[in-house]
Amino acid sequence: MTEYLIDIKDVTHAYQTQSGPLPVLDGLNVSVPEGGFAAVVGPSGCGKSTLTRLIAGLMKPDAGEVWLHGEPVKGPRATVGMAFQNPVLLEWRSILKNVLLPLEIVHSKLSRREQEERARRLLALVGLEGFEDKRPSELSGGMRQRASLCRALIHQPEVLILDEPFGALDAFTREDLWQIMHRVKEEEPFTGVLITHDLRESIFLADEVIVLSGRPAHTQYRLTVPDTGPRDLDHLYTPEAAEMLNVLRHQIEIAQGRAPAEAAE
Amino acid sequence: MVQKIAVPLIAVLIFLLLWELLVWANGWPNYKMASPSDLWPAFWRFRELFFVMGWDTLWRTVVGLLLAIVFGVGLGMIMGFSRIMRDALYPLLVGFNAIPKATVVPIIALMFVGAHDFNTILIAFMISFFPIAVSVSIGLSTLEPEYRDILRSLGASKLDIFWKIALPKTLPEFFGALKVSVTLAFIGTNLMEIVSPHGRGLGALFDSGKTNSDYPLMFAVLIALAFLGIVLYYVVVALEKVFAGWAERSPT
Repeated sequence: MTEYLIDIKDVTHAYQTQSGPLPVLDGLNVSVPEGGFAAVVGPSGCGKSTLTRLIAGLMKPDAGEVWLHGEPVKGPRATVGMAFQNPVLLEWRSILKNVLLPLEIVHSKLSRREQEERARRLLALVGLEGFEDKRPSELSGGMRQRASLCRALIHQPEVLILDEPFGALDAFTREDLWQIMHRVKEEEPFTGVLITHDLRESIFLADEVIVLSGRPAHTQYRLTVPDTGPRDLDHLYTPEAAEMLNVLRHQIEIAQGRAPAEAAE
Repeated sequence: MVQKIAVPLIAVLIFLLLWELLVWANGWPNYKMASPSDLWPAFWRFRELFFVMGWDTLWRTVVGLLLAIVFGVGLGMIMGFSRIMRDALYPLLVGFNAIPKATVVPIIALMFVGAHDFNTILIAFMISFFPIAVSVSIGLSTLEPEYRDILRSLGASKLDIFWKIALPKTLPEFFGALKVSVTLAFIGTNLMEIVSPHGRGLGALFDSGKTNSDYPLMFAVLIALAFLGIVLYYVVVALEKVFAGWAERSPT
């Protein structure tokens, strides 16, 4: 048994490519307590997305273990919700029907009406009230991403996996969505893993930031964000935030091999 | 609405007028080039034959096309979902498609001599399944992995993913191919009808016009074929509106 809801222990994985095996993860350890929100940052191509697929049970690691809620992950399970950089909404469905999609796969105790009510409530929570019957093509990028977030949450997953969900948005829309994320987490508690390239995003949303080393990735550094819970954007402009960002930036440089490891404090 | 009907109608009338004018100005006899005014008498004289033969052509084309859809979608699914099958079948398919079907027609006509309906449907099918198979296989194989992952991560089966995501997502491509296939199937049906001895259908009527040097009749058959082709094409367009109308963006 373990006290963590998500527990990744010594995971090693390599992809088989034409030029031989390409190791992406090497002794990776990530653990997130129930209700925690971990951000994973690291250089491009260091295996962050592989990590999400491992947690979701979409693939198995070559070595090591992935535990979810005290059980080893053997395959996909309905207690996971996912959102990607590409919102992947189904163009032929209304926004409401898109949000309801997971409930067509996952068995739900709710009646049809209750499911729809829940979907409408989630959409209102992210500020999409009145857009339920619109098609995805009628929405802006930020709105689509919000709808995709609702879809990831509709079946009340224990674990929410966010793979750079705000990566393709402009800066203002992104900051908007950060604040929406805090609101969502208050109303719909989840344990989260956020993959991101944005260090500000990581300290604004998460309570722990995990820096992965370059490929093959292992856990290089962990930073605990002191004040958890809802915060506003002013928090990003405090000396504490600047200090954290500085430390993280330094760690990324080490991971990229641009700074010597001993430069870390 | 008025514009939608009136404009094409006027365009057709102008086209017929120019045609008539061209024939008249050159003083062409109707065995060189029939004029639109020769067509109606030719049609009226053989009107019963036109309906009977037209029906023969139509139903055989539609049956061939339906077979092409079933087979094409099935083949497309196999190639879309399995890389190995795609690598194995693609060259075969391309090679098969590269053979001009006009050369296959006499072979089929001899192979199943007398079996008019079967022959005709077979050619209509052979000529029209290729675009469908290719479009479905490309639609399926280019499905972004995230689309699959949102359902797979919930434990959805392959069939769920196919019905809920892959199939609807492929529909616009499918209908695009179907519009090409409709026209192709018509070509196939007519090739066989013309070549097949004692054939039936508009192609056979065309052939008898040729035998009897009845050129207005031949031209009238061409118009009848164009008419059937247009009807079938718009049936497909209507179906597309119903099933894949979401892919059409409103002009803004």
